[in-house]
Amino acid sequence: MTAKIGYDDVEVGTELPARTFPVTRATLVRYAGASGDFNPIHWNEKFAKEVGLPDVIAHGMFTMAEAIRVVTDWLGDPGAVLEYGVRFTKPVVVPNDDQGALIEVSAKVAAKLDDNTVRVDLTATSAGQKVLGMSRAVVRLA
Amino acid sequence: MALDQSFVGRTYPPTAPYEVGREKIREFAEAVGETNPVFTDPEAAKAYGYPDVIAPPTFVFSITFRAAGQVIEDPQLGLDYSRVVHGDQKFAYRRPVRAGDRLTVTSTIEAIKSLAGNDILDIRGEVHDEAGEHVVTAWTKLVARAAEEV
Repeated sequence: MTAKIGYDDVEVGTELPARTFPVTRATLVRYAGASGDFNPIHWNEKFAKEVGLPDVIAHGMFTMAEAIRVVTDWLGDPGAVLEYGVRFTKPVVVPNDDQGALIEVSAKVAAKLDDNTVRVDLTATSAGQKVLGMSRAVVRLA
Repeated sequence: MALDQSFVGRTYPPTAPYEVGREKIREFAEAVGETNPVFTDPEAAKAYGYPDVIAPPTFVFSITFRAAGQVIEDPQLGLDYSRVVHGDQKFAYRRPVRAGDRLTVTSTIEAIKSLAGNDILDIRGEVHDEAGEHVVTAWTKLVARAAEEV
């Protein structure tokens, strides 16, 4: 594991470069195929509404995969992620138009731990709603 | 109806090995928009010290969730999957999953709770490679919402 960020170069409060990830219906169909999660709430508007959702929603695991990119792109080496956990607090609603939805992710160093590791806390929102809670990763720095 | 507490601690038999392929990793990486060549180019992965391409951190969920199907579909447990939503997800990695891995998953029910009519089920999936070495542990919290409306 060879993260490009040094432990001594960060402090509590250091912000990682924030990112915005677009998600359209096509993104979800592609993720369904790649992940094997074909739950129709992620591609069938009629079904989603029948079960009480406002519209098709993104896979929670898709949002989780996007959020950690803020951390892995910062690290360079994705294998330096030792722990990663999230709570799915609100769905990312994806309308059937050219725009889709946006997932906005920011992250900062929340604690410096032993063994060159730090805890990074992430924030992910879509349409002004917090879509992930308790979202944190433990990573090993150089 | 609340789930039977006696299932807490129950461990299911390990799954048959899942063989991780380079092209499956590539497909997943592209689906989540990853561009880091460590996921797609074996030479780039070697430059990072890995024997082959590695998978993005959440890739392994496809494998552990399939394994959790043993729990979810256990007729004795009686979970109503049509009401289930994914509550929490966590991973702890010993090393990244990589192409060529043959991974087995052993699922255990860690906790069953009932909260405001919702059934909450915590499943832990221990992932091991062909040599029996631990690779990653996945914790999945599922919430079966109360069937209130008709």
